[in-house]
Amino acid sequence: MNGQPQGPIVRRAGSAAVLVELDGLDAVLELHSILRSNTPAGVRELLPAARTLFVAYDPKATAYDTLRAELADRVGRLTGEPAHTGAELAVLDIPVRYDGPDLAAVSAQTGMSVADVIARHTAPLYTVAFAGFAPGFGYLVGTDQTLHLPRRTEPRTAVPSGAVAVAGGFTGIYPRSSPGGWQLLGTTTLSMWDERRDPPALLVPGRSVRLRAVG
Amino acid sequence: MTFDSRPLTLDGRPSALLEILSPGPLTTVQDLGRPGWAHIGVPGSGAADQRALTLANRLVGNPEGAAALETTYGGLKLRLHAKSRGSQPSVRYIALTGAPCPARLDDGRLIAPNAPVAVYDGQVLELALPSSGLRTYLAVRGGIDVAPSLGSRSTDLLSGLGPPPITAGDVLALGAPEGGLPGVDVAPQPPLSDDITLRVVAGPRDDWFTDESVRTLYAHDWEATSRSNRIGIRFDGPALTRRKEGELPAEGMARGALQVPPNGLPVLFLADHPVTGGYPVVGVVHTKDLPLAGQIRPGARVRFLPARH
Repeated sequence: MNGQPQGPIVRRAGSAAVLVELDGLDAVLELHSILRSNTPAGVRELLPAARTLFVAYDPKATAYDTLRAELADRVGRLTGEPAHTGAELAVLDIPVRYDGPDLAAVSAQTGMSVADVIARHTAPLYTVAFAGFAPGFGYLVGTDQTLHLPRRTEPRTAVPSGAVAVAGGFTGIYPRSSPGGWQLLGTTTLSMWDERRDPPALLVPGRSVRLRAVG
Repeated sequence: MTFDSRPLTLDGRPSALLEILSPGPLTTVQDLGRPGWAHIGVPGSGAADQRALTLANRLVGNPEGAAALETTYGGLKLRLHAKSRGSQPSVRYIALTGAPCPARLDDGRLIAPNAPVAVYDGQVLELALPSSGLRTYLAVRGGIDVAPSLGSRSTDLLSGLGPPPITAGDVLALGAPEGGLPGVDVAPQPPLSDDITLRVVAGPRDDWFTDESVRTLYAHDWEATSRSNRIGIRFDGPALTRRKEGELPAEGMARGALQVPPNGLPVLFLADHPVTGGYPVVGVVHTKDLPLAGQIRPGARVRFLPARH
């Protein structure tokens, strides 16, 4: 883009929020971390997603142009090192009983034995990319390529709480019983959402996660 | 169901209660919601018309963010219980704001909107259909005192956080009044219309749509359909056409976002909208017009006006 000013792409998302577009999740999580420790005046909310960081602000406390300049400044500090928000938290160990109703279908789709599916799914160190869908639902990245599978063609009307599932390259854990279309590999007894905890969600953006098969 | 009743007086009972006789089509408890939790998937929630909520609270001397009842299309009927105890009189002030409903007490007294009104122990209040608008707010001095969830008493219909919608027979504790009553008789409000214009800030994904579709968004009247709720308003009109195909990675969504699913018909995100979405947002309603968006009833004609910001 000759003649265009250099800098991050900041898009207005209404009169009180912007979207910062970045190269990928690592940059999103690093910027999230930088902005949490060095927050521009007037910022009310930070919401990381796959390639964007959503920044809500109070238009009475800051102006768009001011905020845009401050965000450009913070983007300029990105190192590319995986220093995330949530990295200060211990790796979350999630025990998973691999008893999901889609396990056999996943084995058939991938041509792997059930034991191999479990081995591939428990091998990576996952990172919580972002939240969404329901309180406490985290989209985990790091899923083995062989398990990058589509959603089910027929979503289930009720997926049980604690179901561990894959779809669209992500791994996710249903924090409560809800409809859902992901392929269910197993279940965990660890509660993903508890309002009496602070924070109530175990899966906060940037946190590292290991899945451990239990009998 | 009986909600957690707090605060308690010496004999273990709250000093004042609302007994719900009928909730009408939908009544929920609402305050200013749960901002600040989107990163763990929690919608903002809160009153769909925050201007009306804060006005109702000011009229009865509450903090602006006290919990009140948000009732949809009138029909709410309830009885006040306010026993005289110590310094607590057997009367509570209430105020109705938002969609103007004919409202009366069982002694025949008509209740004017946007004004503090004294209601006595045992009296029944009934709201009829609003003449315009959709959501009416009933604030009671002291506020509705259900148990908060993540710092808010709001019912969130998407996530299920907060108290469930109100049903007949519910008993809601009222908080203890604090501070003085404002010296206000009435706070006149402009009338609500079923012809609504909302200012819209373009983007963040207007470049996913053809120029002609973006012009259509602003040139056409859009009809709010009955498939609308606190999560969003679905509109009928000419389908918008994309310039870009493919999927947008999920991204944060603002309240007021006009998200365009594959059928090309925009959905306006209201209080209980999901925090992220995967369809492109062609524009976002200006924050100053969000209270008006919360009053759009099915069948209303809506026009979008380009706003700078």
